[in-house]
Amino acid sequence: MIVLGIETSCDETGVALYDGARGLRAHALYSQVALHAEYGGVVPELASRDHVRKLVPLLDEAFAAAGLERGAVEGIAYTAGPGLIGALMVGASFARALAAAWQVPALGVHHMEGHLLAPMLEADPPAFPFLALLVSGGHTLLVAVAGVGRYRILGESIDDAAGEAFDKTAKLLGLPYPGGPALARLAGRGDPARFTFPRPMTDRPGLDFSFSGLKTHALNTLASLSGSEEDRADVARAFEDAVVDTLFLKCRRALRETGLKRLVVAGGVGANERLREQLAALMQARGGRAYYPRPAFCTDNGAMIAYAGHCRLAAGEREDGPIRAVPRWPLDALQPPPALA
Amino acid sequence: MNLLAIDTATEACSAALLAGDELIERWQLAPRGHTQLLLPMIGAVMAEAGCTWSALDGIAFGRGPGAFVGVRIATACAQGLAFAHDLPVAPVSTLETLAYGAGRRQGARQVFAAIDARMGEIYAAAWPLDADGWPQEPRLAECVTAASALSLPGTWFGVGSGLAAAASAFDGRIAFSDRDPAALPHAADVARLGRRLLLAGAGVSAAAAQPVYLRDEVAKKSAVRG
Repeated sequence: MIVLGIETSCDETGVALYDGARGLRAHALYSQVALHAEYGGVVPELASRDHVRKLVPLLDEAFAAAGLERGAVEGIAYTAGPGLIGALMVGASFARALAAAWQVPALGVHHMEGHLLAPMLEADPPAFPFLALLVSGGHTLLVAVAGVGRYRILGESIDDAAGEAFDKTAKLLGLPYPGGPALARLAGRGDPARFTFPRPMTDRPGLDFSFSGLKTHALNTLASLSGSEEDRADVARAFEDAVVDTLFLKCRRALRETGLKRLVVAGGVGANERLREQLAALMQARGGRAYYPRPAFCTDNGAMIAYAGHCRLAAGEREDGPIRAVPRWPLDALQPPPALA
Repeated sequence: MNLLAIDTATEACSAALLAGDELIERWQLAPRGHTQLLLPMIGAVMAEAGCTWSALDGIAFGRGPGAFVGVRIATACAQGLAFAHDLPVAPVSTLETLAYGAGRRQGARQVFAAIDARMGEIYAAAWPLDADGWPQEPRLAECVTAASALSLPGTWFGVGSGLAAAASAFDGRIAFSDRDPAALPHAADVARLGRRLLLAGAGVSAAAAQPVYLRDEVAKKSAVRG
């Protein structure tokens, strides 16, 4: 089955063609990062406006790259949530109208299910079951994954997402939006021994996260300093070490509790070098392995939606009701596709 | 020509199929109901006309101005429908749809159309209509403005929610022969105006089918915000 995937939940417009027999045929992405940088963060109305401009040109690009005729598509998957309601609505409306006119099945896909399954697009995908750490600007989740649609949330952030904490702290350090990657580069020049930030919620049982206090800690530390390049690099390093270490400790705890041997790390923060090094060492020590999507599929993209949609559409799942755009949608509300249940 | 038209720019949701002289429409007042109603309405008018997807010659849609999310639902749906079978698209002004509708239903010949734009402003435009009811060169081009900033010579039939939102603001500036502040756009009128656009060669591709918001200052840049 050939499935077209459409992602418009936040500030990236992504489309992809996934072929059950031949794998990913093509994907195309437009990132609005430069647009929103001028505003210091994602402006939902501008994001929606950009999706409606970019969607059709990206589709033309993907079909050309895949060498596929439009008529080859046998199902359409779109991100139905969670995300920005207006942004979701663009992809959802387009996808459902297109499916109606093509008379093919359509399905609204959970954005985080897309991220969870993204490593399946790689040459050496993990087998079920696995532990997944999803760390992005909007989410911080630890999930036990038993199969498609079989998710148990073990822990999540009770305030800021890890990526959000990176971006906000980067802003305090005077770095341009989105500051996460820039903060990591600055931290590379910092002295790890000068400051030690707390590892929030690691001194008590449980797998939830809290990152908003680290941002405040960074603010207070900066206020006591002259603000030199060296000071800023040292604060960046202390902050990054604290986040990475916290994620590491919670992953280790979750692996011990579940006995799982495979770890999937997805989401934009999953591209962080220091985090990858630590988690790779952790999995090696446990006789297991860490799996990552390629960097382009760590952040939002259409390929993961096409893949997740294919898992469900190929199993016979489809929707006929309203066009779905759901800003809030708990991941553990998902069910396996009927044929796999 | 078989033309499918949709409109979700206001609290109303509608779809229409124009096949030759036959026009089939579904219309419903449904604030926040567009995502539930639009696709079934499209299916209903297609089925009633016995029209297949491959027999369509074009898509028309209400391109705004109106509620941003609603305008984008119609735009994205129109793009999807057009992309499916490579059909030309007619983007039709919501204000012009109201003006044309006032001509058809109330026999108006000079129409001032206005939609409540919130934040103390209205989307507005004014057209004289010809003997067949087609809008001519606008006397007031589409704009977003405070109602009190407008004035027009002559006497006008006022139509649309902007008349209610700014009722007294027009006093002494625009003279109305009659007002219909409850009027809402109909896909049937979008279809008729859309067919005219397509016949005039003004159809566009799915990619070029875009909303017209009029209000473009929707966020402040960091530097401005301070």
